[in-house]
Amino acid sequence: MILSVDELKFLYRNTNILDDIAFSISEGEIVAILGPNGVGKTTLLKCLNRILVPKEGVVTVGGDPIGSLELMEVARRIGYVPQRVETGRLTGFDAVLLGRRPHIGWDITEKDLRIVDAAFKKFMIDHLRLHSIDEMSGGELQLIAIARAFVQEPKILLLDEPTSALDLKNQVEILDRIRNIVTEHQIAVVMTMHDLNTALRYADRFIFLKDQSIHTYGDKSVITADEIEAVYGVPVMIGELWGVPCVIPECLCNGNGKTKREDNQEHSSMREGSAYVRYT
Amino acid sequence: MHFADGELPQDYLGYTYRKVLLILGGVVALFFLLIISISVGAVSIPPYEVFMTLIGQNVTDKWDRIIWNIRLPQALTAIAAGAGLSVAGVAMQSILRNPLASPFTLGISNAGAFGAAVAVIIFGTGRMTSTTAGAVVINNPYLTTIVAFAFCMLATIAILGIAKIKASSPEVVVLAGVALSSLFTAGVMFLQYFADDTQLAAVVHWTFGDVGRAGWSEFSLMAVITIAACIYFIANRWNYNAMDAGDETARGLGVNVERLRNAGMVVAALVTSVLVSFLGVIGFVGLVCPHMVRRVIGDEQRYLIPGSIVMGALLLLASDTVARLIVAPYVLPVAILTAFMGAPIFIYLLLRGYHR
Repeated sequence: MILSVDELKFLYRNTNILDDIAFSISEGEIVAILGPNGVGKTTLLKCLNRILVPKEGVVTVGGDPIGSLELMEVARRIGYVPQRVETGRLTGFDAVLLGRRPHIGWDITEKDLRIVDAAFKKFMIDHLRLHSIDEMSGGELQLIAIARAFVQEPKILLLDEPTSALDLKNQVEILDRIRNIVTEHQIAVVMTMHDLNTALRYADRFIFLKDQSIHTYGDKSVITADEIEAVYGVPVMIGELWGVPCVIPECLCNGNGKTKREDNQEHSSMREGSAYVRYT
Repeated sequence: MHFADGELPQDYLGYTYRKVLLILGGVVALFFLLIISISVGAVSIPPYEVFMTLIGQNVTDKWDRIIWNIRLPQALTAIAAGAGLSVAGVAMQSILRNPLASPFTLGISNAGAFGAAVAVIIFGTGRMTSTTAGAVVINNPYLTTIVAFAFCMLATIAILGIAKIKASSPEVVVLAGVALSSLFTAGVMFLQYFADDTQLAAVVHWTFGDVGRAGWSEFSLMAVITIAACIYFIANRWNYNAMDAGDETARGLGVNVERLRNAGMVVAALVTSVLVSFLGVIGFVGLVCPHMVRRVIGDEQRYLIPGSIVMGALLLLASDTVARLIVAPYVLPVAILTAFMGAPIFIYLLLRGYHR
């Protein structure tokens, strides 16, 4: 167990945002935090590395309560990739090298340069080394930001919606690379997500947030149609497509703007073009 | 150890090596400019003799006196002031996340001008003497400087207080600086309305920033503060890089962003206050120099901060040299020249920047 959270409570201007949050995470696990907009997913993520300080509760990292650690020590244990990163006229190599900040004394050493070099090879982004980051696409920038968090050499990586701004190809590529590195180096990853299908594909465990607290926490088996409807308030269908679980909302738009509620009993009458779902 | 198999990145090292060369080139240029700046003027001294005098060889007593008592302190003051204003500018641009930020964004220069006006008009430290040069003499420069400095600090404290209430949000700090600037401008106008001719002339004259005002003792104080500020910002170059990547990224990297912002504002305000209260208002150096360096060297603070320091020193020394010659035998205060040069350079940089 690398990270554990106990009785965490967070207030913003005397309003309860998070209450009685408790869970723990082991090495090599990818955990997805799911839930509707505004439920406090990002807030929870920021409480984990003390970007936000919770009102009550303890976050323990590698056996130490996070409040007892210096900020730099926290940064050596936990990497964080926010939703948005600022750009400037500096190269990809400069930007990733910044991830060594928690390990740098007065200046960088050869070791830091070697680590960054290896990260560029590992993420297969060598072509971005001397490319200015203010001329990069959203996907390239996200890769740079994630590589930066990796060269921090953290035990835990926090990703705030790592794929929400990316196209399909980039989503798959980035999450595949994260998955590989997580397995290889036994890092724990906690990420917030909106896309249930992506989460199902890549995460090992799932936290559903609802009404300021954890509604459900568990592995794939906790993701059921009832559970999702309870959290998001939308009836969904869960099926499998070639063995891959898929979640789609029951309200299917038929393409010309009209929405029609599907009748659960008549799944044989699925509209043409939507035969990809086997209702379970 | 996650990434043990990396090699030394020769391409990147070559890229950074070029930046180091550029900065060193700037230092060499600065040295030559210093010699030239001392050699030109009403009495022309050949550069070689200037160099010999500087390394302690007494060439002639007259040249010795001109160099050591007049030209060298003025040239060194230009270097210190240029470096100080420029480093404060590059830091403020990062701290306030605003490319238009400069040492004066916080309203410090206007506060200094108001302080000088208070000293001249209320405490009566200014008078005008009709000498052949037509100079306005401030008969108690120390009191004027002290009052100007006090108001600079007052503006700084006000800004920091506002930043504290609103948790150091850059937008709030910028807008509060704009508000304070207009407040102090209004104060200066109010005082000037009740001033007599000599006082008015003294106040206006004070606001023309001039590096010729400083002697050795003033220069020493400015140099110490400027060097300390440069060391502070260079030591924090990695933290500034982190802050440039966004506040949340910086916090994720273990940087205490609020503390860094507040400390940076205090240091930048302090160096600006000292320079403004001794020399008057010297605009545009702190704004333009960092942008000139950004275009050539980029936004990486490891090279941007030293580059801006060298560039600021170069630009202000060059401006002061030109200002001394351009309408000879009259000596123009350098601030008039920087204001003239600054605006076109800045617009040029902006236009070129957007057509990259």
